Amino acid sequence: MEHTLHQERRDFLRKVSLSAGGLLLGFTLFEDLAAQSGKGHVIEGVRHDFNSYLSIGTDGSITIASPNPELGQNIKTSFAMIVADELDADWSRVTVVQAPLDTSKFDRQLTGGSGAVPHSWKRLRTAGATARQMLIAAAATTWNVPASACTAENGFVIHKASGKKSSYGDLVTIAAKLNVPTDVPLKNHKDFKLIGKPIRNVENKNIVIGKPMFGLDFYRDGMVYAVIQRPPAFGSKIKSVDDKAARAVKGVSDVVRFGNNVAVVASSTWAAMKGRKALQINYEADKALESSSDHADIFSKLMDSPNARIQRKEGDVNAAFKAAAKVIKREYECPFVPHNPIEPMNFFADVRPDKVELIGPTQTPGSARRAVSDLLKIPENKITVDITRLGGGFGRRLKFDYVVEAAEISSIIKKPVKVIWSREDDMGGGSYRPAVRYRFEAALDANNNLIGYKLKGVGINAGNPTRENNFPSGSVDNLLIESLDHNSPITTGAWRAPITNFLAYAEQAFLDEVAEAMGKDPVQMRLDLLQKARTNPAGPVRYDIERMETVIKSVAEKSQWGKKPGTSQGISIYFSHASYVGQVCDVVMQDGKPVIKKITSVADCGVVVNSSGAQQQVMGGILDGMGHAMYGKLSFNAGEPEQKNFNVYKHIRMKGIPEVEAHFVDNGKDPTGLGEPALPPAGGAVANAIYKATGKRLYRQPFVEQEPFKSAE
Amino acid sequence: MPVYSLNINGKIQKVDADSDTPLLWVLRDNLRLLGTKFGCGVGSCGACTIHMNGNATRACLMTVSSIGTAKITTIEGLSAKGDHPLQLAWDEVDVPQCGYCQTGQIMTAAAFLKKNPTPTLEQVETAMNGNLCRCAAYHRIREAVLAASQKTK
Repeated sequence: MEHTLHQERRDFLRKVSLSAGGLLLGFTLFEDLAAQSGKGHVIEGVRHDFNSYLSIGTDGSITIASPNPELGQNIKTSFAMIVADELDADWSRVTVVQAPLDTSKFDRQLTGGSGAVPHSWKRLRTAGATARQMLIAAAATTWNVPASACTAENGFVIHKASGKKSSYGDLVTIAAKLNVPTDVPLKNHKDFKLIGKPIRNVENKNIVIGKPMFGLDFYRDGMVYAVIQRPPAFGSKIKSVDDKAARAVKGVSDVVRFGNNVAVVASSTWAAMKGRKALQINYEADKALESSSDHADIFSKLMDSPNARIQRKEGDVNAAFKAAAKVIKREYECPFVPHNPIEPMNFFADVRPDKVELIGPTQTPGSARRAVSDLLKIPENKITVDITRLGGGFGRRLKFDYVVEAAEISSIIKKPVKVIWSREDDMGGGSYRPAVRYRFEAALDANNNLIGYKLKGVGINAGNPTRENNFPSGSVDNLLIESLDHNSPITTGAWRAPITNFLAYAEQAFLDEVAEAMGKDPVQMRLDLLQKARTNPAGPVRYDIERMETVIKSVAEKSQWGKKPGTSQGISIYFSHASYVGQVCDVVMQDGKPVIKKITSVADCGVVVNSSGAQQQVMGGILDGMGHAMYGKLSFNAGEPEQKNFNVYKHIRMKGIPEVEAHFVDNGKDPTGLGEPALPPAGGAVANAIYKATGKRLYRQPFVEQEPFKSAE
Repeated sequence: MPVYSLNINGKIQKVDADSDTPLLWVLRDNLRLLGTKFGCGVGSCGACTIHMNGNATRACLMTVSSIGTAKITTIEGLSAKGDHPLQLAWDEVDVPQCGYCQTGQIMTAAAFLKKNPTPTLEQVETAMNGNLCRCAAYHRIREAVLAASQKTK
């Protein structure tokens, strides 16, 4: 039994290794996995391609290609559901394969910005509907009846009048020869059979038995393993390298220096890691070696600097603040945090004079290929990128540093190579959510109307840390939003819900204080501001007032806002990535300590494609947002991160997770993304509920380092 | 390099490896048992959880020379057809997001349920707390462990 499994696995590896170009990795991988699990199919007969997404076999099997990298957002299931629904396919005959990078077939082949479903919604539906219409036409021609008299259902075309019925498999050969129709009508939403249902992840059965599918699971005969020593501190460079001891480690075949990196290449991962440990490298400062205490000073300087960039300006802020009866001014700060996808960075590269193969986990295969093309001066059409499943991303794999490294090493040593990062490599030398400080100011008149609003965001490699057009912009007559950035040697990048993952917390916590100063209920205060934006907008309103109102009212109702004696509640509403999410956090005091009991969420992401997957995105997003707000902090000493593994860096774990209730607004609008939007509101809902329960405002992340948590430890 | 005879999934496997090689890398690089995952290398995430004589153990912390005759079970050996009650529950509850940590989660849960077939919710949380899920699918992991325990009652 074990022997067989092992053999099969080797077959899979060989098949993958033989693939080149086209849709091969995905298809080969799938067919082999299907054969192994005894389910699904190895296609009998012929498969006809209908379009980039869809092919149908003469045996009735449906193969749907999913172009976007899968990292847990469940796109592989959602995309296939959309195609299969319009196709009226039998879902049990559908298999989904990961398409490799193919710019001739797909555009926007990346995972980021919660943009895949909104981008592809019509394309995928059209792909399914077009094939369905062709299958109906094939049946109609065969039966000599009008196409309008035929219907499609669960993998069959039916002519009710005559009782004739034919399977897609039987019709596909004829259908595939027909002209491709244009302007194909799409279903009414009420006719959806899969969309909106809880459909299980198509990879579940493979995941639970440990089938190889992640980048780190890719092996090829003859491949070598590389582990890279990068500078331990941001801002340092190599002074000298002594690799004698490293080369003496058994299994080490090469030590390669490129830029400020030294790669140890070996016949196994462990030998490479041991060799790396034996390297003697001296570093010297190249740029500023920044510590967290420096960042605090930098923030203070930037905050007082007159050189901020104006992001948005309405009315006369100075006059408003001068005339104010009351001014509220608060600062909030968020540290760097690592992405920490659970699968460490890795990539396979085989660089040859005439072609380059890249295989592994990336959120952005197109950019990775471009970068490798630029580096190696090999045209992009000679470079293939196969996308494995990603063990998480959170934005880390939007950067392709590790892809370029693999290509560079392979080009130097002229062997196929897999580059492997350790956890310490990624936490110690990867890329991070930028650290940011915000200053919010609100001016109230004598009647407690919000007459002025200022936000200044200063960041470290954060770009623009504000989102100047988000609420409450549009609802305040006099408004000024500014930003200023410090250029640091520390690498930063997009982190799940970039910027808004901490801006939302700061803003929603501030608005809670403004509501309190106004003497208003935080729910009513937001509704009043939205009413102002509707009736008398101050400049452009870039969010949908009605959708935001609906979410606020709905989350208040679902959470029994203000109707739970003994429970302290905090509310947070945020619009990001085109979705609207409201959350209410319930806190109760137990033994004098605040306990986060529950988070109730209402999301408006338009049509929910997969109700099971959508629940996962919201529940996971909330815990991710809450967990990082509570615990996340990467500090620096002389350019070097001080936390480099999970034993000294805390992520949220199972113990003590609150109950999470995820609701969705059913409005039939075209779907927006859901991988990110549930995360930003969580921190603010928690902070506001903690204040209600304890009277302590939280102005900094991580919360555990602040009162009331600090003294409760 | 020394040759070790390891009892893995009921079969003796001979591997050539340095004595200090973590079992994790022997399983992956030498034996291509790839369901045991690399996450942190310091025993703090649980992605590499295997059973050693029935106990949930971090394969990244065990050197190959320390295994001796211990019986090792990996996810590939947990069930013949991927039909362990936990594996079925994981699908029914639709647990996985990215899926990378899930084999480790299942191995931890399997050893735990063997010792405590009818756990309370709090006991499940304590048992599973060492397994990190970066997607934070914790509600469903907890639900699936409890669902599987109901079935094995």
